[in-house]
Order: sequence, then structure tokens, then C-alpha cells
Amino acid sequence: MTQFLSLLLNGVSLGALYALIALGFVIIFKASEVVSFTHGSLLLLGAYTIARASDSIGFFPAVLVGLAVTALAAVLVERLIINRLRGAAVISLAIVTIGVDIIILTEMIRRIGSDILNVPHPWGGGSFRLGDVGISQNRLVAIAVAAVLIGLFFAAFKYSNWGIAMRASAEDGETAALMGIKQGQVSALAWVVAGILAAVAALFLVGSPTPGVTPAAYAVGLRAFPAAILGGLDSTGGALVGGLLIGIAEALAAGYQDQLLFLGRGFSAVVPFIVMIAVLMFRPSGLFGTKELTRV
Amino acid sequence: MSESTAVAAKGATRRNGAKGSNGAGGGRSARSLIKLLLVAALLVVLLALPLYVPEFWLRTGFAVFGAIVGAIGLNLLVGTTGQLSLAHAFFLAVGAVSYVFVSGEPGGLGVADLDGLSFPPIVGMIVGVLLAGLAGLIFSPIAARLRGIYLGVASLALVFIGIHVLNAWTSVTGGFNGRTAPEFSLFGFTFGNRDPELYVIGVPFREAERLWYLGLVLALAAYLFARNILRSRPGRALQTLRDSEVAAAVMGVNVQGYKARIFLVSSMYAGLSGVMYALSIGSIAPESFGLELSILYLAMIVLGGLGSVNGAVLGAIFVSALPLVFQRYADIIPFVGGQGGGGLAAGEAARFLFGAAIILVILFEPAGLAGIANRITGRGRARARPGGGASTPPPSTDTSTTSTSPSPSDRPAQGSTT
Repeated sequence: MTQFLSLLLNGVSLGALYALIALGFVIIFKASEVVSFTHGSLLLLGAYTIARASDSIGFFPAVLVGLAVTALAAVLVERLIINRLRGAAVISLAIVTIGVDIIILTEMIRRIGSDILNVPHPWGGGSFRLGDVGISQNRLVAIAVAAVLIGLFFAAFKYSNWGIAMRASAEDGETAALMGIKQGQVSALAWVVAGILAAVAALFLVGSPTPGVTPAAYAVGLRAFPAAILGGLDSTGGALVGGLLIGIAEALAAGYQDQLLFLGRGFSAVVPFIVMIAVLMFRPSGLFGTKELTRV
Repeated sequence: MSESTAVAAKGATRRNGAKGSNGAGGGRSARSLIKLLLVAALLVVLLALPLYVPEFWLRTGFAVFGAIVGAIGLNLLVGTTGQLSLAHAFFLAVGAVSYVFVSGEPGGLGVADLDGLSFPPIVGMIVGVLLAGLAGLIFSPIAARLRGIYLGVASLALVFIGIHVLNAWTSVTGGFNGRTAPEFSLFGFTFGNRDPELYVIGVPFREAERLWYLGLVLALAAYLFARNILRSRPGRALQTLRDSEVAAAVMGVNVQGYKARIFLVSSMYAGLSGVMYALSIGSIAPESFGLELSILYLAMIVLGGLGSVNGAVLGAIFVSALPLVFQRYADIIPFVGGQGGGGLAAGEAARFLFGAAIILVILFEPAGLAGIANRITGRGRARARPGGGASTPPPSTDTSTTSTSPSPSDRPAQGSTT
């Protein structure tokens, strides 16, 4: 039972981080109708920048620099490429982001090589125990920070001008444009927010229990895809639920891997994808996604 | 070999015949004659190449033929039907593993105990294609229900699950280290270095030369099959389906059925390509079938031109040959250094180039290399490119007065035309 509880807690923290990344996918999709395949490499870029910068300027300034660099990269992608392709087919847009992803990822792998860059988290690599239930301090901080950020995000999405503008243009782009909402601005801001969320997630994903910044962080970004998809690509609430679901499933599969050994070692890494396929089989638009209606 | 020439020539004449009957035009028949001659010349060159070209190029050539088969298959799915799939690497893996397992010898290699059925390689190849098709068929109920982008991400899952299975199912796949692929042979004629020894006009025909011809035949067959699909009712149905599912359904196209079937066809292409990949490398390992491979295939069809069979061929040649060429000529090409020295490694340089090329193609030339080729030959003029974000200057080199009707397989990509 205690093992189950601590796995659950770890799953929630992992899920919270997935949810941050998945929220990024969702708002980008809502604002510019793009499924961004650049997220894995943006994550890596954020983690790499933080790790490199913290050597010289200390941890907290490095985090700020990392967030800024990632957000800048995201907004550059939007301004230089996505914005010019407004109205293009969803598939072309997705493919173009894959092109960006190849470039950033290749550069990151070239720079990191086989090194493991360490991020000096001030909360250290120790673990926190409550009775028999344990979790690494890094992941505990992650839960807190993610909760605050997600709360802020939903508040902003509901009440701020940006949130209202964004929901309006996601609902009906043309009408929103006629009401004086600048689509380009909304979309650029969405990419900035998504970049920041990804960088924050990266900050915690490279801390304990993971060893540090390696190109493997890229794969984590990809595992957030199922989170966004199974919640429904256009549902922010769905991203949250999807992230938690995926995180918990993965943590449980990792924890009980001895019992799951007949499925092969490292099975937990594919669990998010299996959960996604299972959900999509019954709900093709995800759990909370809007069903596409077609009128003739 | 003469058989394949005959088939190709027949395909070419039929193609030109169809075009000739489309409309009246004085220059038409002359043009089609020139085209026929060009196709024939190309075939002669391809057939004669092994007599003159060193082994490196022949080996590269076989890899390229394999890639061509795979790219044509993916293009049928993504380009023609508009279903984004990142699972191509998975289906390639199914084909490759089936071939290696069905035709491979059982036995222990190092730590792993390997099973194998020791069937003749041709059986392995057929089983590989069929099993890849079966895998596609199993996935197709999901594929047919999901729309565009959901399918793209769902298919991502297959790649990761595939890698996991490859790593875990050691007795079949050889596990992490992979296993060697058996030599191909057909009715006692091996595609290896000897058995029988073979000389053609004094040139020894060894593995590379023999595989070249195998690749040529398979790629030609794949090419003709795809062109024929596109020129028949299914092809038109698939294109309508891409442009609007509702319109297709209204016109009596069975949307789900066609989506499922094109998924089947595409994965069978991938299976064959996987078998050829195994033959070309000589072994298979899980890491070769990762997401990177899927993305490379996507790069091929995007660069070549979505929806165009010729484009898939061009893209496959470009994408699969470039890293090998970079590797070989690392000293000559600027910015590309060898190991240790300054500059980029060959693989990295190629990836940077692909990434940039994908972005540029989608921004400025959604019809890809095929579009550029069409423009040079003056065929692109009839193709309207309404609206869209990308602005390209209209083709100006076109001076001919005949307006060719666009052949269905060469429609501009979905890119900016919606």
C-alpha cells in the first residue's frame, strides 16, 4: 500500500509536468491551429540553457535566461514560419514544425554530445518522506510550482484580456478578427506561454530522480503528446487530466516493473502511448475534445 | 532484365497514349515521343550502370531503391490521401524483422538465442510485405476513425511501441544488438558475392551489382503500381477524400473503407522497403527504426512533393543518398568535416539541411522538387495555385502554347492550396 501511495504521488508530480507541456500544445493548437512537434526540442533547449547558464550566473538568473531563450525560440518559430502559413493545411503546418524540430534537436545533440549536464537545483537531490511514502524534493517542488502555474494559467485564460481574446479566436477566428482581435498577436503570445511552460517543465524534469540534461529529455517532451491528445487537443482541462493520467500510469508501470517483466524491460516508457491508443479507440477526439461536426 | 524494360516501356506508352487522347495538340505527339525516348534512355543508363560504376555507388543505389519504395508508399498515404502518419518506421521494422525471422537460421549469436524458420528468402520477403500489411490492417480501424492530426500523433505511438518490442523480443529480433539479415536468393541464384560466379562483359557481378538489379526491378514495380492506383478510380477517390471528406462521401466514396485500404497499401510498401533496408545494411537493429526514420521518410515526400509519385522518387534519392555522399566526400564539401576536425559531422550536416529544406519547401514551394521539375519542363503552367500564405512568382519560363491538363498524380501539395 505504501508503495502504491508513493508511486501515486510520484505519478502526480510527473503528471503535473506533463500537464504543463500538454497545456502548451493545447494553447498553440487553439491559437494557431498548429500541432507543434517542436516541443521536445524546445524542452531540451530550455534545459540546456539553464544548465549552461547556471555555471556562470547562478541558478535563479539562469532559470530566467532559460525561460527567456525558450520563449524567444518559440515566438521566432511562430513569427517567421507559422504566421506566414496562416490558413495552410494542418498537416503542412505540423510538418513544418517537424523541420524546425530537426534543426534545433540536431544542434542540441551536437552540443550536449554524450555529456550529462548537471542543473544545480537549490532544493538539492534529497528526498522527502512522510511516513513511508517518499518522493524526491525536486518532484515535490515541481508539484507546487506546477499547481501555481496551472492555476495562474486557468485564471488568465478565463479572466485576462489575452485569455478572452484567445478563446474568442479559437471559437471563431473570423468573427474575432472582425471584433478587432489581432490574431497574430494572440497566436504569438500563445507560443510564448507554451515556450515558458515547456521550459519550466524542463527545469524539473532534469532534476532528481533523473541524472541531468541528456538528449533523452527530448523523448519526455514527446511523451507529453499523448497527454494532450487523450485529453482532447482543444481542451485545456483535458490537457490537465490527460497529463495526470499519463503521469500516474507511467509511474505505476515503472514501479511495478518487476511484475510487468514479461512485457519487457523499460515498458513504462511506452505506457503513455498505449494509454493514448486505448482512449482514442473509443473516443477519437480524446476525452474532452470537441467532436468535429460536418454540415453539408 | 528485358522483361522489366518491356513493362516499363508499356507503362510509358500507355501513359503517353492516355495523354494523347486527352485533347488535340500538334506538339503533343512529338513531346510524348521525346518523353518516351527519355524514359528509355534513363532505363538503359540504369541497366548499364553496374558495368561502369564502383561498388560504393551501387550500394548507395540499392539503399536509394529501398527508400524509393518506402517513400512512394508513404506518399500515397500522406500526400495523396492527406493522412499524416509518423508510423512508417514501424511498418518498415515489421517488414525487416519478418524477413530476417522467416528466412533466418535459428541459432545462438553471442548472448541471444535466436529463432528462425529458414524458409527461402523470397518467402521471407513476401511474408514481410504481408505481415506489414497485416499490421497496417490491424491499426487501420483506429486510423480510419481519426482525423488528420490525431492520426499523426496516434501513429507516433506505434513507433515507440515498435522499438520497445524490437528490444524486448530477443528470440525473434535479436534484441538490442539486432541480428544479421540472410542473403537474398531466388531459385538458387544468390544475390551474394559468389555461387554462381558471374561475369558480364568481363565485369565481375558480385553482391552490389546483383542487388542493384533487384532494387531496380522492385522500385520499378512499386512505381508503376502506385501510378496505376492514382490513375484509376481509387486514386481519384483518395484525392477527393484529401480535399474534402464530406465532398467525397457525398459523391459516393466510402471514406472509411478507402482510408483503411490506403493504410494497408502504404504499410505493405513500407514492409517491402523494410526488407530491402535489411538487405542493404545486412543486419537490423532496433535503433535504426526510431522516430528519426519516420521523419526522414516524411522529409523525402515533402521535399519531393506531396502527392506526386515522381516527387517521392526524387525526394527519396535526395534524402537517402545525401548523408552517404557527405560521408564519402567529407573532405571536399565545405563546412563538413571528418571526425574530430572542425566542421559538422556528415550526419549532422545532412540533418540540418533536411530541416531547413523542409521549412523552405513548405514556405515557398509546396509542390516540392516535383513542382520545380514540372516548372522547368513547362508542365506546371496549368496548375493554378489559389490563395495561400506562400507567394511564389508565377513560372515565367513557359513559352509553349499547349496547356497540358494536370495529370492526377502530380497535383500540387495540399500545402497552401486550402
